Amino acid sequence: MIMDNTILKVNNLKTYFFTRRGVVKAVDGVNFELRKGECLCLVGESGCGKTVTALSILGLIDSPPGRIVDGQISYNGLDLAQCSLKQLRQIRGSDISIVFQEAQSALNPVLTIGDQIVEQIRLHLPMEHSQARERAMTLLNEMGIPSVERVMSYYPHQLSGGMKQRALIAMSLSCDPKILIADEPTTAVDVTIKAQILNIFRELKAKRQMSLIFITHDLAVVAEIGDRAVIMYGGKDVETAPVSEIIGEPKHPYTSGLIECLPDLSKTTDRLASIPGTTPNPSEMPQGCAFHPRCPKAMAICSQQESTEIIISREHKVSCHLYR
Amino acid sequence: MKQMHNHRLLQIRNLKKYYPVTAGLFSRHIGDIKAVDGVTFHIVEKEILGLVGESGCGKSTLGKTIPRLEEPTSGEIWYKGADVTKLDKKRLRELRKEVQIIFQDPDASLDPRMTVGDSICEPLVIHDIGDDRERVETVAELMEQVGLEARQANLYPHEFSGGQKQRIGIARALAVNPRLIIADEPVSALDVSIQAQILNLMTDIQEKFGLAYLFIAHDLSVIKHMAHRVAVMYLGKIVELANKKEIFDNALHPYTEALLSAVPSLKSKAKDRILLRGDVPSPLNPPLGCRFHPRCHRVLPICSQEEPDLTEVSEGHLVACHLY
Repeated sequence: MIMDNTILKVNNLKTYFFTRRGVVKAVDGVNFELRKGECLCLVGESGCGKTVTALSILGLIDSPPGRIVDGQISYNGLDLAQCSLKQLRQIRGSDISIVFQEAQSALNPVLTIGDQIVEQIRLHLPMEHSQARERAMTLLNEMGIPSVERVMSYYPHQLSGGMKQRALIAMSLSCDPKILIADEPTTAVDVTIKAQILNIFRELKAKRQMSLIFITHDLAVVAEIGDRAVIMYGGKDVETAPVSEIIGEPKHPYTSGLIECLPDLSKTTDRLASIPGTTPNPSEMPQGCAFHPRCPKAMAICSQQESTEIIISREHKVSCHLYR
Repeated sequence: MKQMHNHRLLQIRNLKKYYPVTAGLFSRHIGDIKAVDGVTFHIVEKEILGLVGESGCGKSTLGKTIPRLEEPTSGEIWYKGADVTKLDKKRLRELRKEVQIIFQDPDASLDPRMTVGDSICEPLVIHDIGDDRERVETVAELMEQVGLEARQANLYPHEFSGGQKQRIGIARALAVNPRLIIADEPVSALDVSIQAQILNLMTDIQEKFGLAYLFIAHDLSVIKHMAHRVAVMYLGKIVELANKKEIFDNALHPYTEALLSAVPSLKSKAKDRILLRGDVPSPLNPPLGCRFHPRCHRVLPICSQEEPDLTEVSEGHLVACHLY
């Protein structure tokens, strides 16, 4: 069901890690498509496979121990899961780029911010050094960084967390990517900075018609920035729908659990709803539906059989036996 | 201070904690990092005081100064009629029995080579409470109170998940029957579904044992859920202090306003958001006058010259701002 405006399609992606202790099925059958100009949120808790999904798209899985064992990642007529390293290298950074969670470790500490951005631009675009420098400064300026000239000559440690995150976003935009993947870009920063960064992404979407994959564990951020959301649990997508439906009428018990256990400024409760138990370890996934040991609505079948995708409406899909 | 109110458990007056910064071969003293710079507040019995602020504002340092894990530079800390800053070693130990801390990172605060039972038991040994048999019973009882099983006492920390480790941290803090618990970001390292479990546990324990909490967090929605009164800290100072309802419905300080509006929420869309300019300045060299003035959206000429005092504008509502 590839629609015309689909720019990236991930189909039954499985990325396993073959370790001495056994096979870790970090991503075990993930499906979604990204449409042009939309912000798609991948939502889940630690260990649900959202970051590994992103790394798989870019072919950044360390191998060994990791490997994409099944599935397709269709982009522009190519299957990124099958691409050669050379092809991937051309796509990375110029067609699809990523902003990592920890700006500190994503930047090279011994190169200036300017040099790092210029390096990336010249790697992908035929540009003179001075031209690339110009471009880097324009981008930094666009990110709302003051006194750009000076910041260009700074080393990462001279910048604050928020500034580093902005420099990193500027860098990832330097070759005009079609798709930007943002991996928890607001998790390591303070609330006031978080609001600034979210604003940047909102503008990117509006001004550049950028297609965004926004990875986060924070549903409030999703509500704020996302168009559609994919809820992930135990290496699988469990529910996919427009954000308003995810928050307004969640279908999967995990999604509703996540929403209910969030303390929210706009509601007052004495007691928070909580999901019992803990997130499963990807090397010891429960049989059947991975969520069944924690699910308040679990039925007999849930522990035996995995649920297949059920289409609630054209835009709303859920994997849960309740809707069979 | 004779007019100390009886019901006040803790009274802090003008507390300061400076860290000297040195440079050069002879460690020349070139300045101070003013982590906590003149803080005054109190906590009454059975009260949860929420302390909120961004990273680097001094909230954790403040928490550690109370049981003198960090020696205060100046100021008074009155606990039950005695000034903690003047206590000798023996009486300080008595105090630490009553004032316990729960740390942010449960991984770093548990000894990986001790069974969790021994970890929970350690405070009992240090304070010489009970004999061996009684201690084993107490540990079992504590573990059940925090939702673990007594038989898990023989396991090591790595065998537990993050949420369980935080439960162990709570059990250990409860072991010596404290009156006041300083909880330093107890849930910020946890997944949302686990966060709700721990917050509920902390509420239950507070009610059951009649404890007072100094609840430190950067997440305003968590603070709103937990606290009775809220203190907002910025660059080493309290800028606003009031009961929860006042802070969330009638915030006066522009920083509090901005913080509140920066919180993404499931329900509100980002329309009337106050976006703060820039980052938190360095506590080594805080701005003259009001420390918030370079980022303030309601700044007056006086703000860059004179530092506002924390003054009571209505009953129990204190704010440090020239607007009032």
